[in-house]
Amino acid sequence: MLSKRIIPCLDVKEGKTVKGINFLGLKEVGDPVDMGLRYAREGADELVYLDVSATNQGRGTFTELVSRIAKHINIPFTVGGGISSAEQAAALLLAGADKISVNSAAVENPELITTIADKYGSQFIVVAIDAILIDGYWRVVTHSGTKVTDLELFEWAKKAESLGAGEILFTSVNHDGTKGGYACKELKCLTEMLSIPVIASGGAGCADDFLKLFRDDCADGALASSVFHYGEISIRELKSYLINNGVNIRI
Amino acid sequence: MTAIIDYGAGNIFSLTSAVIRCGGECRLTSSPEEILSASSVIIPGVGAAGPAMKALKDRGLDKVIPLVRVPLLGICIGMQLLCSSSEEGDSSDNARTNCLGIFPNKVKKFSSNGSGLKIPHMGWNTLIGIKSPLFEGIEDGGYFYFVHSYFPESGKFTIASTFYSEEFSSALGRGNFFGTQFHPEKSGEIGERLLKNFLNMKSE
Repeated sequence: MLSKRIIPCLDVKEGKTVKGINFLGLKEVGDPVDMGLRYAREGADELVYLDVSATNQGRGTFTELVSRIAKHINIPFTVGGGISSAEQAAALLLAGADKISVNSAAVENPELITTIADKYGSQFIVVAIDAILIDGYWRVVTHSGTKVTDLELFEWAKKAESLGAGEILFTSVNHDGTKGGYACKELKCLTEMLSIPVIASGGAGCADDFLKLFRDDCADGALASSVFHYGEISIRELKSYLINNGVNIRI
Repeated sequence: MTAIIDYGAGNIFSLTSAVIRCGGECRLTSSPEEILSASSVIIPGVGAAGPAMKALKDRGLDKVIPLVRVPLLGICIGMQLLCSSSEEGDSSDNARTNCLGIFPNKVKKFSSNGSGLKIPHMGWNTLIGIKSPLFEGIEDGGYFYFVHSYFPESGKFTIASTFYSEEFSSALGRGNFFGTQFHPEKSGEIGERLLKNFLNMKSE
């Protein structure tokens, strides 16, 4: 049976991991490849690297980093952050990325999804959607949450799928950073209405949050960053906990 | 030296990196001489069956691959090209593609039929009924990484099966020819073990 996926996410700025493994402040940042290797050894099923560099120079460094990741890491990985053209996608594919994720650029230019999917296959393009619940209405936000659009979450997800997205990565801004659990209700709704995999992001605080997500079949994978980076949850222990509770997980 | 068959653009960097991590040496090539003098050959998975088969023919490699006498491994589409035919056509009106026929198995498309089955089959899934030196040190139930919408049917050359709405051949073996529907280069340590087993095979 197909297993549920545990996906650590690493934010990378100018070639360094921004949220490092903070052992009492001894180490503020980590090398993205070393951290990825460690997660892969602990049992991560996939990795996501997000480029949060603000400069072109930083973006150039990121492509070099992608090659270094592909050289050393033996599990699939997605890269994202600021991708706005098929040319950028092509450079990342050649550098060894298994998938790319697009967010703001896809909202501004939905045809980008189709262009990339037609050239490199749907399996290569993940559409990341950030949304915030305002007055009972899930509105899509872009540019790292700074811009609230008129798009509605479920309509946009359905459209992204029809344009060629191979996977949806949904982050609830309301849940992100709260450590109070994933937006299970919305994720379940996305999973049921779409025929492509849905990855949950935002809200993971403890092992039970992952269990609830998977036991109720709300998503195909779960992404988290801080709980893994700061060692609050060990991937190995999380996976045995999920297996012991009947979730189909790779060991 | 392992020859990795070059039949068009695509991401083969992960594969060459994995071969090197497993202690092998490899060269990306479309030269018949280099392919026929290599110690082993890998056909990577690039694109869709129709265009991929055309790319092989354009390079005359459809005539070369059957002549290979050293261990040969087709990965993903690379394995499907070794089958008899595929339901995956090309962008023109061809509804199916005739392949190399080294394995008699046909390649079919997953069908959701309103069952909610997610296509492509993407992620980690288990192998059952494994039987081949390719899997030395690997047990039934091991997880490998898959990304595909088409699959080879089961048949007498099936050396591993996987279940996704139905049982299909996740690996095939016939003499020196092998194929895996999953990506060993993306399947963690267990995938590297399989690649090492392949690279250590001796020609008959």
